[in-house]
Amino acid sequence: MSNVPVELKYTKDHEWVRVMDDGNLMVGITEHAQDLLGDMVFIETPEAGGKFEPGQEVAVVESVKAASDVYCPVAGEIIEGNEALADAPETVNSEPFEGGWLFKLKPDDASSIDDLMDADAYQELLASEEH
Amino acid sequence: MLIFEQSKAGRKDGPGKRKKKQGSAIPKNFLRKQSAGLPEVSELQAVRHYTRLSQKNFSIDTHFYPLGSCTMKYNPRACNSLAMLPGFLNRHPLSPDMFGQGVMACLYELQEMLKEVTGMNAVSLTPAAGAQGEFAGMAMIRAYHDAQGDTARTEVLVPDAAHGTNPASAVMCGYTVREIPTSSNGDVDVDELKKVVGPQTAGLMLTNPSTVGVFDRNIQEISSTVHKAGGLLYYDGANLNAILGKVRPGDMGFDVIHMNLHKTFSTPHGGGGPGAGPVGVSERLTPFLPVPMVAHDGDEYRWLTEKDCPQTIGRLSAFMGNTGVLLRAYVYARLLGKEGMIRVSEYSTLNANYMMAEMKKKGFDLAYPDRRATHEFIVTMKRQAKELGTNTMDFAKRLLDYGFHAPTTYFPLLIPECLLIEPTETEDKDTLDAFIDTMEKILKEAQENPEQLKDAPHTLPVRRLDDVRAARELDLAWKAE
Repeated sequence: MSNVPVELKYTKDHEWVRVMDDGNLMVGITEHAQDLLGDMVFIETPEAGGKFEPGQEVAVVESVKAASDVYCPVAGEIIEGNEALADAPETVNSEPFEGGWLFKLKPDDASSIDDLMDADAYQELLASEEH
Repeated sequence: MLIFEQSKAGRKDGPGKRKKKQGSAIPKNFLRKQSAGLPEVSELQAVRHYTRLSQKNFSIDTHFYPLGSCTMKYNPRACNSLAMLPGFLNRHPLSPDMFGQGVMACLYELQEMLKEVTGMNAVSLTPAAGAQGEFAGMAMIRAYHDAQGDTARTEVLVPDAAHGTNPASAVMCGYTVREIPTSSNGDVDVDELKKVVGPQTAGLMLTNPSTVGVFDRNIQEISSTVHKAGGLLYYDGANLNAILGKVRPGDMGFDVIHMNLHKTFSTPHGGGGPGAGPVGVSERLTPFLPVPMVAHDGDEYRWLTEKDCPQTIGRLSAFMGNTGVLLRAYVYARLLGKEGMIRVSEYSTLNANYMMAEMKKKGFDLAYPDRRATHEFIVTMKRQAKELGTNTMDFAKRLLDYGFHAPTTYFPLLIPECLLIEPTETEDKDTLDAFIDTMEKILKEAQENPEQLKDAPHTLPVRRLDDVRAARELDLAWKAE
């Protein structure tokens, strides 16, 4: 079973969300997601200033197997995309919850992350997808 | 060794020295100033080099090639040789109609045969590949809605099992794509479809039989749901081989279809072309077909152009598309006849279902164990990956050691650790049995000595390639130092 840090929030599309000290959000894909996708070869991250609704495509992760869209977990404005991934896409594989973050987001409504899954609920989702 | 590395300055390919021509009809400013940097090798060296390369290939002429979704069947040599008759080969596309009646008759008959076999109202042969056929199909859907003044239709529905080309074609025609989930039995989730279909729906793109190797049993309900909402139905002809002479897309309610002649009608595969992707349409889309097409008044054949078809979406290439490829398909269709086409679909589905049943007996898990396969089926190695630590790629690579081209791996994306296996109708039972026995052998190896799989292939000129490096550091062209 893959690592699911308890302090993070999760989406059904296998993104994780971390609330940073300044109240903004950091978003990436989970260890489970990178494991399914395999070795990353190209990551497209968003530019600062873009506004997105939940479920809209924000980033693209391309692995040796497939290219997948990454969706915006909650409504908000992009503060920063992780540009370091352009030269080192493998970081998403090696440290999906740390250096492999994809973008930072200022949420329109700080409470909107309450709608996301906690670690327990995400673990359950992973278990149900096993079957 | 690259052919460039065999090059030696001054070596020529023919007997004797060629005389440099004095003066040239080409204006001076168009003449190359530096050498083209071509390899300087003898004719014999070139022959040996490319023969050796071809011997390293897996091809349908040398190996069983059950690459699911690609229909790697044997193309009869007759198609090739008849399409290369000098009269066809040397005809100039601008020669007057009166000198082209023979080739035009063949193309007209091909139009008619494809119409009949797909159940559509009219066919245009001109798209130069499946992808261009898809583009033409979507462009016609757009042209139809525009002609109705129905410009609010901005969305195209595509099931998640579809080939990636479907959403790409929809986007190329200015539509946004909405994905429809596949239900656990492999059919399109009709409840989900009903939820998202509406006045914004331009159409639905469907492959039936689908890429998961089953025939969608709800096709009539799907078709009426989309039509009731004012949308059109697009048929991706990728899997036409399975239903040839049995079921017709036109009868299922489709408004437009593209045909991959290289899959179903025995024209050459891949290599970037030349291809052919004819489109067929229902009555209401007929005015929008791409030109040129061939018309026959009972006496003479003539080209239909923009003058005859004012609402056409236009031309997709300078002339008729890839006529040589179309002629190969024509010969193939004539060789088969109606009975032969029925045999194609019967044997392609029989072969797939035989393999599916046998592989289940050997201990492999089927993605859709309750369904009858069409011309292809899916094995999932999720259990083996978990229990034995050997994944689908390891099995695929090991198959190469045993002289089989691997089936399609990791597609469709919605099924984890999958092998999509399509034997086609041109393989005999002995070949199918040999493949099945080999899969059983590899499964045993996976249980007893998994390293043998993980390091495979062992016997080929190159071992396991570094996919990641190949994708990250593309190096496609040789450059002179």
